[in-house]
Amino acid sequence: MSITATLIGQIITFAILVWFIGKYLWEPMTQMMDDRKKRIADGLAAAERGVHEQELAEQKVIERLKEAKEQAAEILALAQKRGAEIIEDAKDDAKAEGARLITAANAEIEQEVNRAKESLRAQVVDITLAAAGKIVKKEIDAKTHGDLLKDVVGQI
Amino acid sequence: MSSPAASGSSGPTSVEYIQHHLHNNSIGDGGFWVLNLDTLFYSWLLAGVLMYIAYTMGKTMTSETPSGGQNVLEAIVEFVQQQIKDIFPGSNPLIGPLALTIFMWVFLMNAMDMLPVDLLPQLGQLVGINYMKVVPTTDLSTTFALAISVFALIIYYNIKIKGPIGYLKMFLFHPFGKYMIPVNVIMTSIEEIAKPISLGLRLFGNMFAGELIFMLIALLGGASLFGLIPQIAFGTAWAIFHILVITLQAFIFMLLTIVYLAMAHQDMEDQEH
Repeated sequence: MSITATLIGQIITFAILVWFIGKYLWEPMTQMMDDRKKRIADGLAAAERGVHEQELAEQKVIERLKEAKEQAAEILALAQKRGAEIIEDAKDDAKAEGARLITAANAEIEQEVNRAKESLRAQVVDITLAAAGKIVKKEIDAKTHGDLLKDVVGQI
Repeated sequence: MSSPAASGSSGPTSVEYIQHHLHNNSIGDGGFWVLNLDTLFYSWLLAGVLMYIAYTMGKTMTSETPSGGQNVLEAIVEFVQQQIKDIFPGSNPLIGPLALTIFMWVFLMNAMDMLPVDLLPQLGQLVGINYMKVVPTTDLSTTFALAISVFALIIYYNIKIKGPIGYLKMFLFHPFGKYMIPVNVIMTSIEEIAKPISLGLRLFGNMFAGELIFMLIALLGGASLFGLIPQIAFGTAWAIFHILVITLQAFIFMLLTIVYLAMAHQDMEDQEH
């Protein structure tokens, strides 16, 4: 029950223990906890930044959307205008085409009529020649009188 | 906590029982040059346990998902760190490990008190060890080993921070100024010497008294069969209360160490203001 040489042993033990715990527990653990504190702080900051960035992105998206809508409306208006134009053009084209067709048809009709007239004339010549031949009872030389008849027929 | 050795009539008397329990297993020729083997054995055992825990934990700890023992140790380390941050000015690489070691080692040595008083000594007697004190902090050698180590550090840091002359000035001009130098020297000397003595004696006194009360409670059951009931009741109550005492004493020792070293780290100018 008094202070003995045990004291010296205990002091040495204590010194060794302090050194050991300082080296193997205190230093790595405080270091680790500091690192962790820093990492958590960084993580929180990053999260904050992420939220901020997301807000920005959302705003940008809204802007883009608005722009896109405007563009779409523009394009639509343009398309409608163009459509109307095309329709107008088509109408004009159709009218022109119609007119052209009518003209062509008329021309053709005229041609047909002319052709009919020609053939009629030819037939009339033939018939007249035959009739005249029968009347004259004399063979008319188709070659000599043909030209004369053609003149006559041309006057019909 | 009951034991046949504690019976009043057939075995040793109560006085003998207590004296037997307060006897260190020591070698040496008496006086100072004595080694208390039981104190050394248990304090080394607990130091070894601490080293093992510190080493394995230091190797396996992870910053990602701490679990189990690492959480406990982290809580203790953080608690000690907080105390140092609150009290200690500036930083010192030694103060942290020192405070942590004091807290854990003293706590573990104190905690030997929670084992039944007769358990280990009886086991020791079975293998032929006659005397055994299992609580190292009920040995003045242990408590003063810690106190003197802290005292040495106090003096070291006083001289290192204040300088030899500053330290001397503290004795000469503190607390009453330069016209009361003899009084100042006496006062400051007492103040300084009181630090290790109060540190060592406080821990020793608390643990010794606690151990003694455990022995007295153990004697209750030995007296008669009816004594078992109060023995169990008192023993339980005291053991529960003692959980507080052992923790508190370990904490106080650590805290005072930090406070004393913090005082040693302050310049004279700071103290005068």
